[in-house]
Amino acid sequence: MARSCRRSVSPGEYVEASVDLAMFHELTGPLTLKVLRKLGSDKPWDREKLVIVLDHQVPADTVKTAELHKELRIYARRWGIPYFYDVGRHGIAHQLLVEEGFVQPGMLIVGADSHTCTAGALGAFATGVGSTDMAAVVATGKIWLRVPESMKIMVDGELPKGVYAKDVVLHVIGEIGADGATYMAVEFHGSTIESMSISDRLTICNMAVEMGAKTGMVNPDARTLEYLRSIGCELRYPVLRSDDNAHYAEELHIDASKLEPVVACPHRVDNVKAVAEVEGTPVDQVFIGSCTNGRIEDLRVAAKILKGRKVAEGTRLIVIPASQRVLKEALREELIDIFVDAGGVVCNPNCGPCLGGHMGVLADGEVAISTSNRNFIGRMGSPKSEVYLASPATAAASAVEGRITDPRRYLP
Amino acid sequence: MKIRGRAWKFGDSIDTDVILPGKYLTLTEPKELAQHAMEGIDSEFSRRVQPGDIIVAGRNFGCGSSREHAPLALKHAGVGAVVAKSFARIFFRNAVNIGLPVVICPEAYEAVEQGDQLEVDLEGGVLRDLTKGVELKFTPLPSFLLEILSSGGLIPYLKSKLGVRDAL
Repeated sequence: MARSCRRSVSPGEYVEASVDLAMFHELTGPLTLKVLRKLGSDKPWDREKLVIVLDHQVPADTVKTAELHKELRIYARRWGIPYFYDVGRHGIAHQLLVEEGFVQPGMLIVGADSHTCTAGALGAFATGVGSTDMAAVVATGKIWLRVPESMKIMVDGELPKGVYAKDVVLHVIGEIGADGATYMAVEFHGSTIESMSISDRLTICNMAVEMGAKTGMVNPDARTLEYLRSIGCELRYPVLRSDDNAHYAEELHIDASKLEPVVACPHRVDNVKAVAEVEGTPVDQVFIGSCTNGRIEDLRVAAKILKGRKVAEGTRLIVIPASQRVLKEALREELIDIFVDAGGVVCNPNCGPCLGGHMGVLADGEVAISTSNRNFIGRMGSPKSEVYLASPATAAASAVEGRITDPRRYLP
Repeated sequence: MKIRGRAWKFGDSIDTDVILPGKYLTLTEPKELAQHAMEGIDSEFSRRVQPGDIIVAGRNFGCGSSREHAPLALKHAGVGAVVAKSFARIFFRNAVNIGLPVVICPEAYEAVEQGDQLEVDLEGGVLRDLTKGVELKFTPLPSFLLEILSSGGLIPYLKSKLGVRDAL
């Protein structure tokens, strides 16, 4: 934030920051444009710094959605926006921003979507805003922000078998609550985080907003730089890390070696219980996908469990890769074969049923286990349905048994 | 700026999916959004709420998504203000930006009952429960946020500052 304001700043201060990258999608973009037009012009401040993505309901599921897609398509064409991800080049925005190389350490990123904080996994300061804030950004390239206090979450030790990044972050949310980090920038430190893949770090930072945080971040390290090199991304910003003597408003220490697989039970993300406590709960639907857990690494974990097995009768499995790139890789590795052979449905990359839009919404009284990030009342469909949040391994094992299942029994 | 209306009580962590369910995110007209306000938790709300009515809630009101559709739905359903123990940050920003007054008053939840007649004085930092004859104090928002609210939101505020005229 200090870099973006060109001066030193301290927590509690209000600053006007320059934005390095802005993103909106078909559900928040049209409202943004509506607000912009009220101001007189919808011309973007810098067309190279704006990414527009169709990702929530792709391809269009209704005429209404088609109109929203069309509006963004026309907008992108009118202003010559180079980074417009139309149907066919699409993927969930938070995944696309990373894999297309838009996210770099040291950047200030705002997105009209709450899970924009995902990008913090690469050491960017990334936060979600609403449509009016986004309109101000698109018009001026600037945003007012309150410099947040920081919270340090130390995770040390080796993760036991069957315990994944998703279990770690759900555990943290269960500990501190859905408002445990409100307004704060949450930094994830420790040997467990350092040894995690970029994919796992993305999962963790993705859910920072579920503890109320403004952003979640991991210090960029050799792994981050190696990842950026591997996707051909040239560094254009200073690689910033938190100071060794940084002051934290709060600290939390977690011994990763003592964790076990967990689920967030209906209807709150902080209603976290060990899988063992709810094992055997029948599930009508299993969803593996979303910006939290729809990456190739997640699909590999699920496929390992589902290989040569069948989804239980009476249970539906829906798998949605997070982007076209992830889908292509899953095809190449023949993971899609495994899901289809198991009796699962594989849909094209997008947000899918995560927010109850389409591709597997729930009926009254139905229960789902999902690798997504929210289990609020009615989130995936009927207000009388229930959603449990879990890791891809727990979700896959549950698909095989048709009931919430401890994945450790299915792992070598 | 004073707001008067009846109290509607809701609990902790009222999220944006119950305020405005995801299936309505393809709507962009405030009047249409208003018909679904609070539908996830009270399907009668949008029909029964009256202009000026005040939501009184617990902690973390508006947690979840960045959808501005949520505060828009409340505002256009007639909600005059939301009083809560605390707010989720994106909702808080969005509410101010679209001109829906938000008040942090931790004592209100225990003091106020459903249906009580309330009056909120935003500048004075006073919440009065007229039914009970109780007065609660809260820290008013900083003056620039109050100015945005009294203009009706960030856009009318900017327009008046910049002297932009309404487009036809």
